[in-house]
Amino acid sequence: MPSMKKMVPLFITFISGAMLILALFVPAPPFPGLEEEFSIWFDLIAVFSFLLGGGNLLRVHLKKVARQERDWMFSLVTVLGFMLMLFLGLFKIGANDWSANYLASGTAFKWMYDAVFVPLQATIFSLLAFFVASAAFRAFRAKTREATILLIAAFIILIGRTPIGVMMTSWLPKSLEFFHIPNLSGWILSVPNMAGQRAVMIGIALGIISTSLKMILGIERSWLGGNDK
Amino acid sequence: MKTPRFLLTSVSMLLLFLFLTPLLCFAQTESTPPIVPPTPPPMPAPLEVAASDVPNDGGSAIRVSWQFPNELEYPPVGFEIFRYEQDGSNQSIVKVQSLVREYIDTGVTNKLPYSYRVQAIYRDSTGRETAVSAEQSQPASAHITFFDFTKINLAIITLILLGAILGYIFYAGRGKEMTIRKIAGVAAIEEAVGRSTEMGKPVLFVPGTQDMDNVQTIAGLTILASVARMTAKYEARLDVPVSRSITMSTGRETVHEAYLASGRPDLYSDDIVHYITDEQFGFVAAIDGIMVRDKPAACIYMGAFFAESLILAETGNGIGAIQIAGTAMPTQLPFFVAACDYTLIGEELFAASAYLSGDQRAIGSLKGQDVGKAVAMLLILFTSLAGTVAAVTGGGAMEKVYQFLWRLTAASF
Amino acid sequence: MSNQTSFWEKISRIDRRWIFLTIAITVSVPMILGVDFAAVPSPMVEDIFHRIEQLPAGSRVLLSYDYGPSTVPENQPMADALAYHLLKRGCKVYMMAVWATGERQATVTMERVVIPSFPKAVYGDDYIDLGYKAGNTGLMNLLFTNFKRMYTTDRTGKDIESFPMMQQIESLRSFNMIFSISSGQPGLKEWVQFVGDRGKIPTSGGVTAVQATELYPYYPRQMFGLMAGLQGAAEFESMVIEKYPEYAPMRTALRKMAPQTVAHIAIIVLVVLGNIAYFTTRKRGK
Repeated sequence: MPSMKKMVPLFITFISGAMLILALFVPAPPFPGLEEEFSIWFDLIAVFSFLLGGGNLLRVHLKKVARQERDWMFSLVTVLGFMLMLFLGLFKIGANDWSANYLASGTAFKWMYDAVFVPLQATIFSLLAFFVASAAFRAFRAKTREATILLIAAFIILIGRTPIGVMMTSWLPKSLEFFHIPNLSGWILSVPNMAGQRAVMIGIALGIISTSLKMILGIERSWLGGNDK
Repeated sequence: MKTPRFLLTSVSMLLLFLFLTPLLCFAQTESTPPIVPPTPPPMPAPLEVAASDVPNDGGSAIRVSWQFPNELEYPPVGFEIFRYEQDGSNQSIVKVQSLVREYIDTGVTNKLPYSYRVQAIYRDSTGRETAVSAEQSQPASAHITFFDFTKINLAIITLILLGAILGYIFYAGRGKEMTIRKIAGVAAIEEAVGRSTEMGKPVLFVPGTQDMDNVQTIAGLTILASVARMTAKYEARLDVPVSRSITMSTGRETVHEAYLASGRPDLYSDDIVHYITDEQFGFVAAIDGIMVRDKPAACIYMGAFFAESLILAETGNGIGAIQIAGTAMPTQLPFFVAACDYTLIGEELFAASAYLSGDQRAIGSLKGQDVGKAVAMLLILFTSLAGTVAAVTGGGAMEKVYQFLWRLTAASF
Repeated sequence: MSNQTSFWEKISRIDRRWIFLTIAITVSVPMILGVDFAAVPSPMVEDIFHRIEQLPAGSRVLLSYDYGPSTVPENQPMADALAYHLLKRGCKVYMMAVWATGERQATVTMERVVIPSFPKAVYGDDYIDLGYKAGNTGLMNLLFTNFKRMYTTDRTGKDIESFPMMQQIESLRSFNMIFSISSGQPGLKEWVQFVGDRGKIPTSGGVTAVQATELYPYYPRQMFGLMAGLQGAAEFESMVIEKYPEYAPMRTALRKMAPQTVAHIAIIVLVVLGNIAYFTTRKRGK
């Protein structure tokens, strides 16, 4: 028999899960709008739990700074950055009045957002361009027959997504239009790729249904810390 | 001296004549009554105003519809709708623009009859408005529906799926032995944890970047439970950075219980699962930092990932860690496959916890999923076949079969 | 011969920082030189353009900014060109964001395209910036039944009822068309699943190239068109410029096509080199 500590979340999961499944088929009150109501509750909880997250971040890093553990300077930067942004946002530094949006132009928060956050976010995302190249170089080897097919498809798509692809095969006669690289790349994306994509999606959807069902019925409890075996 | 004065007078007269002539002509036309009086543009009223219950709803809406010519040279600026209650009292409920031909009134009380009047509003160049009204509609009332019959197809498919999954779960629960094929990626997890222990390096586990409302995060945490049991057993260091506070609380509970179950609560600390930031790329930058500094020997990514997948996996590859990933994000799978040693593809992520726990009922649910797959395959096969035959033979009975199958798989029947 | 083999061995074990350097050069040189590449529109992009062309003036169109600064190079040209095209057609444009970071991107469109190109357009009458609301797909569900329950003010905090163009908005069903420019979840896929398909509202938009494969299954039935990545944005820009040449100075995606093309070629060359190295060293290993 599961402990009380687990029974309560299991019960809440069962009730809310079963009600949302019913809400899909029953339009009579109170079912419509239930999903909205639950979403709002989730957001409310998420907002409060943010305090928990922020608190944890400070605790972990302040501990590192206090004990002067390895790389404690990075932790100090994290704590200072966090506190600075919190201060600028909460007190709306630079805003004309208290009713102004914290992101209104002229506020210090907005300046930090534009001058620090935006370039940093763009930088990390841009790393992808470099990593795509290095991963492609390492992984795209014609080791097997399947890998070779994958490699050829990748070439066609890569060229097909650029103006070079249009130029390369634009001389092809109308009867061989299919082999025009942009058309071929479009065909690969919308036929073989889509067939595979759909199969993966159906499998995933079934996996989600089955996992959700196991959770609603309390069969899957690892997320609560184990199955009480 | 006489001559200039005469000349001046003559020129003045001439100029005056030249200037006055057009004015006189203008005055002439102005004063002439128009031959054809200007006809006001036609201002038709809305036609066939009808009210009806909105089917398959909670009984709080009535649909008001009307007809109106589309190709008017001077179209109305809009329509105004009036609602009449049983006692004859009425009120204007809404003004809609001229392209609208239907309005759903959600401000009605269940079962009470209401009728509606729609008037077209025309505005002339001076801004004066003229309303042209149509006849009041027949009364209609809203009714509650307890089952949405347009979703009957979905209900049947759901029942088949639920039945199959639950059937196999209970079948397995009664002691029937179930087998599951070996999933290489999952089998490699224990090996990776073992290797980290030997090297004295930590195991990094990332349960995706989404919140607990995403099933993939839950699947990730169920795998984390097994990984935590292994790290407790081998006394390896576990590090779980998360990007959502609720995931942090749940993850802590998961790891704590796993360490308790393995008899090593002494090894558990709250700092194992720690929050970083909700911000996607801030989170990635922090994990990349952890990887470069702590050099974990095993990096396990299980959950929902977006663009960060390759940034994480390439950094992990750069430090020479064994990498095992699992996600149900189809767009990110190629990146993980290219950069990691093992990847759990889509549904394997959900199957992994059953595999790891060896729980017969969980394995049984996988068998139920297979029934769902068989149903999907048969539906795809029959619909394509029927569609092809209908196209080749040019319709007929097969066309009807095809249309039926097509509707069966659509969102509303 | 042994020299040649050792060269290929070196290539196959090349330090990845050399690859990073190659990419940096191939991307930055065409960017600095400012070469323009043409883009031939694909059917998916043509569909978007033609559907907008067929919209009667006064149609209400929702434009949702579901991305952040990181994917601006791919997403912003889509949103800007769409806003321009819609206003040019006399549509009423409602800008909103499901992502917190999207709010700022809507402001960028207003400052870059809307205000300079349409000085006569009136805020609140022809276009409006509703800003961001939290709730992800829950928000979409709410808006589907009651738009004004969530949006009581515009982005600046003014009462929603004070804007003439908001008076005809009840729910998402009040819109003639919905566009989502997105780079993740929730994004275009969720707009299609939770709103477009459910309410039979024509839905389309643009996504990053990585996301595009996930959206193809919804075209053309549940989604009437798609701009996929920078290429898609450039194709749409070229169509808008062809019909309305005044947009040419505002193009951004077309300008970025050259670096992307050269980078694609660099990756192809790298993969070919990697394969030659692989086969040469494997033969030797045998």
